Amino acid sequence: MTAVLAQVSTFAGPSVDWLALTPLIVLVGGAVMLMLAGALVPVRWPKAVFAGLTAAIAIAALVLTFVLWHQVQDEGPYSLLGGAIVLDGPALFITVVILAAIILTALFLEDYLEREGLGGSEVYALLVTSAIGGIVMAWASDLIVLFLGLEVLSMALYILAASDLRRLESQESGLKYFVLGGFSSAFFLYGIALIYGATGSTNMSEIFRFLGSTELNDKGLLFTGMALLLVGFGFKVAAVPFHMWTPDVYQGAPTPITGFMASASKAAAFAALLRVFSIVFLAYRDDWRPVIFALALLSLLVGSVMAIVQSDVKRMLAYSSISHAGFILVGVDAMADQRGSVLVRSGYSSALFYLLAYAVIVLGSFGVVMLVARSSGGDTSIEAFKGLSHRRPLLAFTFTVLLLAQAGVPLTAGFVAKFDVILAAVDARSYVLAVLAMLTAVIAAFLYLRIIVNMYMSDETEEVRPTIRIPASAALGLGLTLAFTVVVGFLPGLVVDFARDAAGTLAL
Amino acid sequence: MESSFPLLTSIVLVPAGGALVVALLPKSRQDLVRLFGILTTLATGALTVYLLIAFKKSDDGMQFVTQHLWIKEWGISWHLGVDGISLFLVVLTGLLFPLAFWGGQSDASHDVKAYTAWMLLLEAGVLGTFLSLDLFLFFVSFEIVLVPMYFIIGGWGHGERVYAAVKFFLFTMAGSAFMLVGLLATVFLYRNETGVLTFDVVQIANDQAIAASTTRWLFLAFALAFAVKVPLFPLHTWLPDAHTNAPTAGSVILAGVMLKLGTYGFVRYGLYLFPDAAHWWAPVFITLGVIGIIYGAICATMQRDLKRLVAYSSVAHLGFIVLGTFALTTESISGGVIQMVNHGVSTGALFLLVGWIYERRHTRQISELRGLQKVAPIFAAAFTVVMLSSIGLPGLNGFIGEFLVLIGSFLTARWWVVVAATGVILAALYLLWAYQRVFHGDVDEANRHFPELKLKEGLILLPLIGLIFFMGIYPKPVLERIEPSVRRLIGHVEAHSDYRQPTVGTGTEAVGG
Repeated sequence: MTAVLAQVSTFAGPSVDWLALTPLIVLVGGAVMLMLAGALVPVRWPKAVFAGLTAAIAIAALVLTFVLWHQVQDEGPYSLLGGAIVLDGPALFITVVILAAIILTALFLEDYLEREGLGGSEVYALLVTSAIGGIVMAWASDLIVLFLGLEVLSMALYILAASDLRRLESQESGLKYFVLGGFSSAFFLYGIALIYGATGSTNMSEIFRFLGSTELNDKGLLFTGMALLLVGFGFKVAAVPFHMWTPDVYQGAPTPITGFMASASKAAAFAALLRVFSIVFLAYRDDWRPVIFALALLSLLVGSVMAIVQSDVKRMLAYSSISHAGFILVGVDAMADQRGSVLVRSGYSSALFYLLAYAVIVLGSFGVVMLVARSSGGDTSIEAFKGLSHRRPLLAFTFTVLLLAQAGVPLTAGFVAKFDVILAAVDARSYVLAVLAMLTAVIAAFLYLRIIVNMYMSDETEEVRPTIRIPASAALGLGLTLAFTVVVGFLPGLVVDFARDAAGTLAL
Repeated sequence: MESSFPLLTSIVLVPAGGALVVALLPKSRQDLVRLFGILTTLATGALTVYLLIAFKKSDDGMQFVTQHLWIKEWGISWHLGVDGISLFLVVLTGLLFPLAFWGGQSDASHDVKAYTAWMLLLEAGVLGTFLSLDLFLFFVSFEIVLVPMYFIIGGWGHGERVYAAVKFFLFTMAGSAFMLVGLLATVFLYRNETGVLTFDVVQIANDQAIAASTTRWLFLAFALAFAVKVPLFPLHTWLPDAHTNAPTAGSVILAGVMLKLGTYGFVRYGLYLFPDAAHWWAPVFITLGVIGIIYGAICATMQRDLKRLVAYSSVAHLGFIVLGTFALTTESISGGVIQMVNHGVSTGALFLLVGWIYERRHTRQISELRGLQKVAPIFAAAFTVVMLSSIGLPGLNGFIGEFLVLIGSFLTARWWVVVAATGVILAALYLLWAYQRVFHGDVDEANRHFPELKLKEGLILLPLIGLIFFMGIYPKPVLERIEPSVRRLIGHVEAHSDYRQPTVGTGTEAVGG
């Protein structure tokens, strides 16, 4: 007995750098607090309290993230919790993206929940929880931790997708997402197992060192594991051919939640994908590059072509989010270029930058869709946008800027993001992919023009439509996205530097 | 002349700032918005005229150069400059916009505020394209003009306006897709050779660091974008739709200035940036240009819609410019540049007149118009002058450009010129025939009350007709500003390729061997 106890006392847990964990701690505490607040706050109080609280939590975490950012920039990246998670530029960059997504989503959710009569704090708590999962994914330096993050993110999102209890589509969306997501998680987990089998570790830096120094006799196991991981990632980032769930789930889920999926969830999954493929499988980049090439091309083509035949704006944006995933994959492909021994960092930073720009733009776009749908009884078909420029000129203008940004028209953040990706691709001599990406952007532009045409150039068969009320919180959210889109469009240097520094302090 | 006043920057920023101010003006004050719009375009026009006066004709390089770092990470700067080639395009833009604005007012009967803001933004984009000396700035300006033009055609056009607007947008954007990749490849290949990441056109062009075989591909990527914009056969199909359905001011600007973005692009980003590749590809583009001349003329002959006819005539006229550009002699390129300006003046005026016919009769079908000369003789006279200038009658401006192009190209592309010259005859055929049908004959009931040219319309046409005569009779002041820069450009091409401009007339070539 004493012998057993002696063993226990000698077991030393990993040292914990509490300061580095503060953003996560704030978010976890915030999620608990939100649940408690839901029970304790008197029913008479406006539900906006919860939205405000969520935004405050996210802002607090954002401030802490920036403190850590400066620390990482000054002293270099470091790992903690026994190498399970790592704090480096990309991790913190994606954290910023996810936190920004929470703030914007909370601003849009407030009005949505109020209208649907769903106002409770649990939606916000789940939102914060899924963000925690996303951040853990971005920080994970161990495949098991990555899986944990993925599951936390996904579980919360399954419920959020189905959270609109009164609408059948929302239920369907949640269930579909859950079943398919479960499948992809299984693939992902099996991939981890196979990689463990091939390399003897689940820790990313250990695998990196092992693969860098050892020539595997039989690569089959590793490649199968890699392929299975890619299936899991492909599902989460909505890349073709793992995109089937996207249109249905995006369409059915409550609109602000759809925006959150397209921004934060995609960013988290891409963060993990970038880390795994740039570090763990660095030695085999010639082998995975053609696969990424194919995924990118398919996503670009299928996403943009399928988008233009839709008649529902949410579905259109769902398909366009697939083509945007393709664009980011172009950056991933560029990352694999190996001239010299160092990784081409511009691919990495361009993907990060795209994620930030796209996250903000897509959240704003879904925000507009939400406002329009609310006045037309939940109708998100393209018909609902007819004549929007007469009814709400400013809203139509905002949507126009956001759509043009998605199309990649200059002087918007969307153009700078595309420019950066194409720049990286050309730098990596992926000329074919660069040209094809730009051409599919033209196809996708048709889609955005179609929506704009409906807003501005529809014939004046004005049946009386209800006016659109724009609540202050949503107006603030849209104002922020619009300002970001335009300011970054004119002065890209600010954010490009940010992404560049992030990729520059990648922890190997 | 290098005063501290940032002239070129203000030329671009005055209309852009004006667009912003218009966006902030109250929507109900249409008169105020309209007045402000016209004043802004006039102010810009005045600045361009000042530029013309201050321009040193002895200097063949870039003048009034301003350069400020914009995006440090990518070596991108706000880099503007003007030389003899871009000078008159800038002035043309400055003059045409207020006229188009004023002349096309009746089209913009609704939503004046948005219309004005888009027009001003369009002007800023066009001027930015002509003045920029930075690849990124050029691309941004080149692309951004699509948005206002898309809204102007789609929002204030006629008929199939939405279809035309979307087609216009997508065609041009597809061309630009290639250009963006080519542009970035140019920058990176240059960096690989020299170690400097820059988007500076002058630096990249002067160093010619990229291997000649590679520049052929890069040139092609740029040329595709320009070929759509010009438009060259077979990429021209967006043009008739866009022109026909655009509002009057839109057509005037589209034909008068925006098509020149393509031909100007060929000169600045084709010949200057990739001299060797431009020489290598020249036969292809000369051929396409000549096909455009003949094809555009034949199509124009067959049109029933007056505006569509003028649109196709643009395809033919622009073919001359492309022929002159790629014939690579001083005369032919100077002629091309002059033709760019002349086409802007003549076709701009022609579109204004056609727009006013539509305003009066609500039709542009040639078959429904007849005998207008009897009821509106002054209108008919104005139309005659403009039409003759478009045909290229000696003594009017159209002649100078076409003549120089043909005579210059004869040295290097003899048989193409023979074919192209028939285009001049065809131009006379389709325009005179159209004139005959519209203005001659007996007046029928529908056309009996066709109003005469109004004073306002006359005032708008006056500067254009003045230019038509001035440039036709005394082109020297224009030519002597264009030619030094063109000569320098030819020298640049000769220095970086095996092309030698044939010498003319003196016989030294034969004697010297």
